[in-house]
Amino acid sequence: MGIEVMEDIRKDYVYDLIERGKRVDGRGFRDYREISVERDIIIKAEGSALVRLGDTSVLVGVKLSMGEPFSDTPNKGVLMTNAELRPGASPDFETGPPNENSVELARVVDRGIRGSETIDLEKMCIEEGEKVWMTFIDIHALDNDGNLMDAAALGAIASLLNTRIPNERYGLTGEDTLSIRDTPVAVTMVKIGENILVDPNLHEENAATSRLTVISNADGTVSGMQKSGKEGLKEEEIVEMVGIGIEKAGEIREKYLGDK
Amino acid sequence: MKEEGIELIKDGKRLDGRGFEELRPMKIEVGVLKRADGSCYFEIGNNKALAAVYGPREMHPRHLQNAKTAVVTYRYNMAPFSVDDRKRPGPDRRSVEISKVSRDALDPVILTEYYPKTAIDIYVELLQSDAGTRTAGINAASVALADAGIPMRDIVSSVAVGKIDGEVVLDLNAAEDNHGEADMPMAMVTRTGTITMLQMDGRLTKDEFERGLKLATNACREIYELQRTALIEKYSESVGGGEE
Repeated sequence: MGIEVMEDIRKDYVYDLIERGKRVDGRGFRDYREISVERDIIIKAEGSALVRLGDTSVLVGVKLSMGEPFSDTPNKGVLMTNAELRPGASPDFETGPPNENSVELARVVDRGIRGSETIDLEKMCIEEGEKVWMTFIDIHALDNDGNLMDAAALGAIASLLNTRIPNERYGLTGEDTLSIRDTPVAVTMVKIGENILVDPNLHEENAATSRLTVISNADGTVSGMQKSGKEGLKEEEIVEMVGIGIEKAGEIREKYLGDK
Repeated sequence: MKEEGIELIKDGKRLDGRGFEELRPMKIEVGVLKRADGSCYFEIGNNKALAAVYGPREMHPRHLQNAKTAVVTYRYNMAPFSVDDRKRPGPDRRSVEISKVSRDALDPVILTEYYPKTAIDIYVELLQSDAGTRTAGINAASVALADAGIPMRDIVSSVAVGKIDGEVVLDLNAAEDNHGEADMPMAMVTRTGTITMLQMDGRLTKDEFERGLKLATNACREIYELQRTALIEKYSESVGGGEE
């Protein structure tokens, strides 16, 4: 009960501040927290990136292995995205099988990459119907201070940009760099009162009534969206948020994914 | 997503003969289950969705209770025989995610603050599936909630739009979904125009997205009328005939 009361007081505080045009950490409504992307920090992984969004940190690792294609796509590699919300990242996370939040996180990141056809899966075919490269993107939440989604999505594309195909390990020769055709970037926004905020921190996430993630590509097209939360959004709000999402994604792409 | 060599639009018509802005034929029945507190059967094209609602009833386990509101749960489940390749029974990642977004689609209209510490449980079974199952499920569940007598602000209506052969079209069927370029399911509270679910995958320009959203909101109004009429018919019948 004590915790619930504290939560409510904190929500009121966040809400009141925002109504006065301020955020708890002093940012503008359209500002991200400080972002950092460190690539290739896990040498055992074929690609990896540690993304920090303020105090939120997510480690993404990409592993490649050889496997059989799905029967309905015999000439395409396999892409799998998984997310683990480890208990060390938040007192609210528990051990056990993935819950709906981690499943959602993984599937939305996956959709952004799949929808934009970022990985040329046909190039990941080694022998049609027999052998293909299976690409596993594993999202590991290390510390949750809100907006794991954008950190995970940025970590995924940053890792993929540096992923090497382990041909040698399987006695193959060929191109070692993974062919990446696009750079989808996720931008998450929440609505608190009548205000739209970019990159919610944990307190803002808890105080928000609805959330929308917009994943967009280098050419400004949208390749994934996900709305969640207990309240709805107006059509014009969604249109506005998509516009903001595309714009912010452009800024992040240029700054953190530019040196491909 | 895109696949070469499959033509989804011929002479300005889709493979099943529909126009770009046309819904598949729908059928709706209210109160089809005896034991559930509320129920609804909803068909759209080859999709068959059956929704059952229980509650407000005691929430178990108790630590999941909310001291201020009822907790809404939603379980989306596909029957193993509902698709071409048998689906392994039980929840998978896809159904876990769909259950979550569907619950969020309906929660905003339910007056959960009337029933603290209780659960309102929604079970949706897809008996046959042909793309657009989550939206069919939400349409059924929304009417089942009303049938259960749960106080609501309005009914939620749901539909998907997508892009096939470069055209933005309404209500994709399975062939269009599999070979199309984008799919965007949404749900809306018609009276207020509030969008309570929005997902998207594939690739759309901002302009295509905005056109798609318009198309979907108009279609939701059409579905809403059908849901409303079905409820009115059911309840004017039971009052007039003196039957339960």
